[in-house]
Amino acid sequence: MSDQQKKATAYWKENIRYVLVLLAIWFAVSFGAGILLKDALNNFRIGGFQLGFWFAQQGAIYVFVVLIFVYVRLMNKLDKKYGYNE
Amino acid sequence: MSVQVWTYLLVGITFTLYIGIAIWSRAGSTTEFYIAGGGVSPLANGMATAADWMSAASFISMAGIIAFSGYDGSVYLMGWTGGYVLLALLLAPYLRKFGKFTVPDFIGERYYSKTARIVAVCCALIVSFTYVAGQMRGVGVVFSRFLQVDINTGVIIGMVIVLFYAVLGGMKGITYTQVAQYCVLIFAFMVPAIFISLQMTGNPIPQLGMGATINDGSGTFLLDRLNGLSTELGFAAYTDGAKDMIDVFAITLALMVGTAGLPHVIVRFFTVKRVKDARKSAGIALLLIAILYTTAPAVAVFAKTNLLNTVSNQEYSHMPKWFKNWEDTGLLLFEDKNQDGIIQYVADNSKNELTVDNDIMVLANPEIANLPAWVIALVAAGGLAAALSTAAGLLLVISSSVSHDLIKNVFNPNISEKGELWAARIAATLAVIVAGYFGIHPPGFVAAVVALAFGLAAASFFPAIILGIFYKKMNKEGAVSGMIVGIGLMLYYMAKFKLGWLGEIPDKSEWWFGISPEGFGSVAMVVNFIVALIISRFTPQPPLQVQEIVENIRIPSGAENAKMH
Repeated sequence: MSDQQKKATAYWKENIRYVLVLLAIWFAVSFGAGILLKDALNNFRIGGFQLGFWFAQQGAIYVFVVLIFVYVRLMNKLDKKYGYNE
Repeated sequence: MSVQVWTYLLVGITFTLYIGIAIWSRAGSTTEFYIAGGGVSPLANGMATAADWMSAASFISMAGIIAFSGYDGSVYLMGWTGGYVLLALLLAPYLRKFGKFTVPDFIGERYYSKTARIVAVCCALIVSFTYVAGQMRGVGVVFSRFLQVDINTGVIIGMVIVLFYAVLGGMKGITYTQVAQYCVLIFAFMVPAIFISLQMTGNPIPQLGMGATINDGSGTFLLDRLNGLSTELGFAAYTDGAKDMIDVFAITLALMVGTAGLPHVIVRFFTVKRVKDARKSAGIALLLIAILYTTAPAVAVFAKTNLLNTVSNQEYSHMPKWFKNWEDTGLLLFEDKNQDGIIQYVADNSKNELTVDNDIMVLANPEIANLPAWVIALVAAGGLAAALSTAAGLLLVISSSVSHDLIKNVFNPNISEKGELWAARIAATLAVIVAGYFGIHPPGFVAAVVALAFGLAAASFFPAIILGIFYKKMNKEGAVSGMIVGIGLMLYYMAKFKLGWLGEIPDKSEWWFGISPEGFGSVAMVVNFIVALIISRFTPQPPLQVQEIVENIRIPSGAENAKMH
């Protein structure tokens, strides 16, 4: 395997790791907190919101936005590290 | 000034603006027509994507649907935003690096086969047509209520406008008009929401007002009041919902994956310069979408509470003027079953006297809350912006599928650049006419099918694209059979359980795994993945140069060169 290929493989591995971690959070806030654990979380409240309901109609969406921007930052750094930035 | 005058004024101004932009940014080449020349900034692209994405359904219907389904409405909120995470992390950067014009382009080249390309074109056309018909209908509804023309005239006016800037401007024209349309629609959605939030809770931010106390001095939380009112009338508590958990799960997943697989959304990420910009513009798009999507559930809560307070157990003769206005459109129906002159709005169907169409919650909301005339007119302009921007984006996908994927790549590869541009324009014109026809004569199944467009996209494109990027060894046999089985299964389930084309529609209890047709896309998607993986094991590996393409799209640098092919 050439150096070029080794570099590409290492870059891809790190990328996949980021994606998996971020998707785990994506799943946890929407399908987890908003759907599967909703009834349990509804026993807790923030203001007038029951927590599970809040995740389903507000919280999950906020987290989604943050996730994408975190990914953008991580990948910009990663691109630089491997010299793929332009 | 009256609502009528304000409406003409605002709609007139915004339409002039859109047409002006379309003339200024018209397309001169196929690259400009398909992908706006590939030089759109991430911010402009994010705004255009957001406008493209938020359709008449998001603007007009969604808050209403949530108002009447409470917690169950969360499937749309999470489903139509969560898909962008998948897009940004799994699709956009790689498709941008790949650097072609359309989704079938990617499928055709990655799977080195004309068959794959044709299957993808068919899927793109089915998905886009079902979707666009709903948009034209939305245009018609807004025109008929606010400009007092009949729905058909409304649809025709909408057709002419869309035709003008989609055909002339192509992707370039559409992108810059959508930037303007985003501003109009978000302003139109937020203004009444802020007004009403202030009115009901004293908090100007609707997202917080939704969880605040009512400002009538009682100290009760708004949501608790609404839960109380709902259960009193025999409905499920607002924050509980009535759907099974498995169905909520499946629908949310199908909408997320479907969003990520919709061709008119994906194609947006071909228009930016670098891979880096594709990621960033997905983030900006979701941020801009989230503004509306976190406000909509608040609007739903305000509107539902207001509606119950205004009409429930009140005398019909005392109803305000908006009640009569909306009765005229047929979207609000009162039938005095017990002849007592009082409106009984209850869960029990035999006693319920009021039928409220989902769509009027957003449109009538400013009137119900007694907001000034210009706010009511603004909502009309916003609804039109939402419907027109989405319709234009879809028409472009349809026209590029025909001119680029079918004519240029399958039937007549020698067609000149000029000829292809003309073909694209003619295809766009025909698509507008067909869409308009469906808008005027909506076949009964259109409304039902729009929601299912997501299931179709999830069942067909998503697995093929994901496997194409993340699994180097995926071959054409696997991908094509996956797509065919996936979309076939989804169409079968729709025909059987939603459209009733295969005899009588069976009872809910016969749904597979308790999953409704709206959520079945996620099952069909899983089947697509499994079929593709199994078949690829028993058939020859993809050729070496295709595996090299896959390695190449995984590296972000050098995207600019890839565009010129």
